[in-house]
Amino acid sequence: MIKTDILIIGAGPTGLFTVFEAGLLKLKCHLIDALPQPGGQCSEIYPKKPIYDIPAYPEILAGDLTDKLLEQCKQFEPGFTLGERAETIDKQEDGTFIVTTNKGTKHHAPVVAIAGGLGSFEPRKPLIHNIADFEDKGVEYMIKEPEMYRNKKVVIAGGGDSALDWSIFLSDVASEVTLIHRRNEFRGHLDSVEKVQELKNLGKINLITPAEVTGIVGHHHVKAVVVSQAEHIEKEFEIECDHFIPLFGLSPKLGPIANWGLEIEKNAIKVNNALDYQTNIPGIFAIGDVNTYPGKLKLILCGFHEATLMCQAAYQIINPGKRYVLKYTTVSGVDGFDGTRKEAPKAVVKAIE
Amino acid sequence: MEQDINIKIIDRDGLKHEVMAPTDMAMNLMEVVRSYELAPEGTIGICGGMAMCSSCQCYVLSDHELPEMQDDEEAMLSEAFNVKDNSRLGCQLQINPDMEGLEVELAPEI
Repeated sequence: MIKTDILIIGAGPTGLFTVFEAGLLKLKCHLIDALPQPGGQCSEIYPKKPIYDIPAYPEILAGDLTDKLLEQCKQFEPGFTLGERAETIDKQEDGTFIVTTNKGTKHHAPVVAIAGGLGSFEPRKPLIHNIADFEDKGVEYMIKEPEMYRNKKVVIAGGGDSALDWSIFLSDVASEVTLIHRRNEFRGHLDSVEKVQELKNLGKINLITPAEVTGIVGHHHVKAVVVSQAEHIEKEFEIECDHFIPLFGLSPKLGPIANWGLEIEKNAIKVNNALDYQTNIPGIFAIGDVNTYPGKLKLILCGFHEATLMCQAAYQIINPGKRYVLKYTTVSGVDGFDGTRKEAPKAVVKAIE
Repeated sequence: MEQDINIKIIDRDGLKHEVMAPTDMAMNLMEVVRSYELAPEGTIGICGGMAMCSSCQCYVLSDHELPEMQDDEEAMLSEAFNVKDNSRLGCQLQINPDMEGLEVELAPEI
């Protein structure tokens, strides 16, 4: 059981900034995210795109914003449960919560802050009529353990970075890698595209474009995929394989959080914006893009503000009746849980002769 | 109001809406759909309009001459589902006066 003060669901910018604000109040945080890395959409969808409305940053890349937020909250030693989706929440008799992930990891905290953005990212599944029959029987939408492909025949479908990068990686692991994409052009980093070209020329990646997987053949397990190729003349053929990995990106779904008994409106969680961004369940807060209230704007900078106010309310729940006044970091410095201290340099008093 | 144009949008339930869209607010078709809430929040414009998610895919039903597809839109559509010859990404269609009378249908949510 992982124990913490504030359990944050979602490790995007709002969740990461919560760690900092909570740390100033001496509250510890742990974050759960369905993605394998922190940053949320900023890391997953547009790490190389600039953002222009982060205060004091005329321009910052989404990926750099994630790095900066991680650096800013580092001394408060946040815990992470990554690659797991928060599945259930159980309120205990003492008012605390136990949140369990899809992999069974349990987290115990007096306060839960949902900073889940648009929801957890789920793989987009191609529209192949019998694909559901082969899920986990040779069809995987995400690569979790590359070793399982050792000496296997693998077919990857998709035209983005993950299709390219995994084709490159698995060309050293699998006995055979076939990459299938609907067009001849790929959209990915130039070096990935060039590397695939090189591996294709070496015969290490079998490239089939423009083509599409339209069916799966097998009995209890994938044996081959049916491919339709549309260059010059249309033709259909089978490729023998042990695994078919469609990589068509991820799309966010509110998911299990929708069943937690929270008031939901327009795919978002209703909160009390006049006070502390608490939901209809005391002790559960929703901050950032995942919440809604009159006048809500889904902006990172609004998430930062909401996180800050939420932490004050969390302090009251965790330390009932305990006195506290807001301090300025410039005045009080920042004392990390790791023993570090940041503070303003002392003014020098020196006589002028 | 003189900059406004009329657009017909068929939502994902097959209902047709006739809406007015401003041409002077740098809005794109995805944003027009959102401003009239013709698709639930969180099901359209997920990436915010970067041609990176295809949640705003629509089928162009009228024969308007639309701005040519750029590489990123074409690449995204090549990975999207339910794509037809008349598919476009709403976020890449900036509303302009030439679109008066445009008729589109929203593609299914994935």
